Amino acid sequence: MNPGWFPTKFDMITVKNITKHFGKFKALDDLNLTMDRGECIALIGPNGCGKTTLIKSILGMVLPEKGEITFEGKNIKNDDEYRRDIGYMPQIGRYPENMTIEQVLNMVQGIRKHASDVDLDLYNAFEIEKFKTKRMRTLSGGTTQKVSATLAFMFQPKVLILDEPTAGLDPIAAEILKEKIIAAKNKGCLILITSHLLSELEDFVSQIIFMQDGQLILHKNVDDLKATTGQATIAKSIIHLLKELKS
Amino acid sequence: MMQILKYVALDILKNKIVIAYTVMLALFSWSAFGLEDNASKGVLTLLNIILLTVPLVSVLFTTIYVYNSNEFIELLISHPVKRSKIWKSLFIGLSTSMVVAYVIGTGIPLLLFADFGTAIMMITAGSLLSIIFVAVAFLSSILTRDKAKGIGISIIAWLYFALLFDGLVLFLFFQFADYPIEKVVVALSALSPIDLTRILILLRLDVSAMMGYTGAIFQNYFGSSWGLLLSFGLLLLWILIPFYFSLRKFKKKDL
Amino acid sequence: MNMKIIVTMSTINQLKYYFSYLSIFFLLILPAQLFAKTVYVGGNKQFKTIKSAIKESQDGDTIIVTKGVYKEGNIQLKKSLILIGKGNPIVDGQHEHEIFSVKVENVVIKGFQIQNSGRSVMSDPSAIKVYKGAKNVHILNNYLLNNYFGIFVQNTEKVIVKNNVIKATQAKEYQLGNGIHCWKSDSIQVIGNKIFGHRDGIYFEFVTASVIWKNQAHDNKRYGLHFMFAHNNAYISNKFVKNGAGVAVMYTRNIVMLYNVFQENWGDAAYGMLFKELSDCYLTGNKFYRNTTGIFFDGTSRIIIEKNLFKENGWGVRMQANCMDNLMEKNNFVGNTFDITTNGFLTLNKFVNNYWDKYEGFDINKDKIGDVPYRPLSLYSVIVEKNPPAMLLYRSFMIDLLDKSERILPSLTPENFIDNEPWMVPHKI
Repeated sequence: MNPGWFPTKFDMITVKNITKHFGKFKALDDLNLTMDRGECIALIGPNGCGKTTLIKSILGMVLPEKGEITFEGKNIKNDDEYRRDIGYMPQIGRYPENMTIEQVLNMVQGIRKHASDVDLDLYNAFEIEKFKTKRMRTLSGGTTQKVSATLAFMFQPKVLILDEPTAGLDPIAAEILKEKIIAAKNKGCLILITSHLLSELEDFVSQIIFMQDGQLILHKNVDDLKATTGQATIAKSIIHLLKELKS
Repeated sequence: MMQILKYVALDILKNKIVIAYTVMLALFSWSAFGLEDNASKGVLTLLNIILLTVPLVSVLFTTIYVYNSNEFIELLISHPVKRSKIWKSLFIGLSTSMVVAYVIGTGIPLLLFADFGTAIMMITAGSLLSIIFVAVAFLSSILTRDKAKGIGISIIAWLYFALLFDGLVLFLFFQFADYPIEKVVVALSALSPIDLTRILILLRLDVSAMMGYTGAIFQNYFGSSWGLLLSFGLLLLWILIPFYFSLRKFKKKDL
Repeated sequence: MNMKIIVTMSTINQLKYYFSYLSIFFLLILPAQLFAKTVYVGGNKQFKTIKSAIKESQDGDTIIVTKGVYKEGNIQLKKSLILIGKGNPIVDGQHEHEIFSVKVENVVIKGFQIQNSGRSVMSDPSAIKVYKGAKNVHILNNYLLNNYFGIFVQNTEKVIVKNNVIKATQAKEYQLGNGIHCWKSDSIQVIGNKIFGHRDGIYFEFVTASVIWKNQAHDNKRYGLHFMFAHNNAYISNKFVKNGAGVAVMYTRNIVMLYNVFQENWGDAAYGMLFKELSDCYLTGNKFYRNTTGIFFDGTSRIIIEKNLFKENGWGVRMQANCMDNLMEKNNFVGNTFDITTNGFLTLNKFVNNYWDKYEGFDINKDKIGDVPYRPLSLYSVIVEKNPPAMLLYRSFMIDLLDKSERILPSLTPENFIDNEPWMVPHKI
């Protein structure tokens, strides 16, 4: 049945033996991961555990010393085109100060020339139109996040990488974003999301990746996790697990 | 690339420092030609200004601008854009704006007052010098993440080429006064783009100044069309080499 | 009608009147001329060769040589003849002979094209050579082309060399002698000649009481003007341009140089003028443009240099420390790289009332004299004097700093190298 070119597993991103140091500090320590399409993965762990480094490695912003990362089976090293299929929302969006929101959006659209139809749902939902002529440096943290979210979803990517997406957003905006994430998940996107507030992720997360000191501690389906720990929520499961690990 | 370049250029051209720099150069040039009684004296006064301020402003402004572009780079890098494209766009944008500022500021009075050949020579040499120091700034700003350190490196680089290098050369002259070092001297001049530019323009300006035995050797090396080509080739190298190393480092940089 | 005739008649009468006086005058002072005859040389003339004409002539005769090419080897002039070329006759030495050898006094050679003399280091063959005792020879309006020596004057006096064009196109210096060469003579006049491409343009040795006036020497291989042991001479309104080594004058005293131009003598050993061991000379109105060195003084004394212009030279004046009691007064120094340099600390010369375009002082009492003394010797010029490769740093920022600080606090340049009364505006020269 399998004609050969069709992938047997639906793995979107694989991470093999990735190691990265920042000076003496080991941010990623021989990390292995496989992320499949259609999953919504919560990337959790204490501060400085290597979450952001992992995300940045996948995005090609950080270049690991060892190991390789593949995207749809292709090594991302020396490749840029794979990022066409990724929407990234940084933890703290940093933008050229003198550019207006409109200019930023236009420029990114200009770069992604091949983007067929642009998803403006968040643009409309956040009513960015109203302040599109404002310069980036004048924006509040929340508004900046709105711009980041809009950019991340704009080009209907196969993979969404969201670093603390709801931090700084007002509750209404956070809710809009959450709905958008769920919609994307339902479309079959791979969503990689980090958050400190595990309760926020409860509704839509399908897998959990737990990291500590640059190492992968745990990578499980939420249902499996809940079943093995016997807890009702993700948060409680994790705490349970941590206690177990310590003892 | 054009997209990125467009936004970089727009951003720089709106920058008040670039406008102030243009105005300053224009003021210097017009007053140099206005105050001196003959054009060649004006050109010499201008030469001093060019050799000092153009590298300084180019290197400082670029360094600061590159550090301030961190956000811009981060924004772009998460999109399907080649790293080299981002770096090159920034480089071209900065070089272009420095050259445009220079050409508007000094080029116009030069063309009006100095003879055509000299004016073209000064414009070319000054533009190259601007780009060289943009490249040097790219290198020094990629060497460290710390903005203050980066600016420090840039200032030291400028100080070295504008002042210390000459001091070292003079020191060498006295140390080796008993040896025939004229040819070594010619080679030495290639190690400092400011010196190279100065000699090129001087040979063009008042040839008698460079006479004597050393002068004759300079004339031999730099005065011929091959020498001229070689000198401009060297200046181009001064652009390419620092930029190449900065690009190589940028490609491997963690953002 | 009538009026006109009357006027014409009276004019003729007047002329007759004058002519009678003139003829009496000629009869009285030039009897020889009256009895002298005039013969012609040319293809269809009485004489076919110059030599045959000379043979048949007497002292005082005139030989008019018409158009043609004369290849007669060495032509000896042992009679006081007047040789006049009409229609540019060419006398060719075929690279073997000295062409005219003048051996008696009162000879005139005028209007010839004299070319291709022989070349020999032993006998110095020339286009025209004036031998010992041949006084009062006039060499006028000739065109001398590709000779070894052009005009060679030796052991004689009262020779006039005037309005000749002397040109050599040989490439190698060993094929070239001097344009006008004078040796051991007195009362020579060299006027209005143009000399190109020879070894030295004008060469004087042991020549005294002579005048060199309105000549031009350019593109000569060695010196435009070169004299040694030639005392009591005057050099006026000559122009020396682009000669290999400029002008060099040595071992001489009592020279006057007025209104000469020394221009574009470029190169390592080229000087607008090199003064070696000269004394008691006076220079004024001379202009030195764009030479490597305007004047190089080496072992000179008691020379007055007044109201000369030094413009756009590499070095305006280089005065070695072995010079003394020279006075530089009211000269203009404009656009030179270095106005003055010296190689020592001892300064026994005086600089006063010169205009220095690099002077940055002020004049509060408006007497046109700067209130602050000017030190024309820059530190950098001293450095370059000791260390020529330092020229590399010319006009670099560091050198400017060094010079400025040295001007304020002199420590390395001679203390008394100073113009205490620098002029604020250029002198009229």
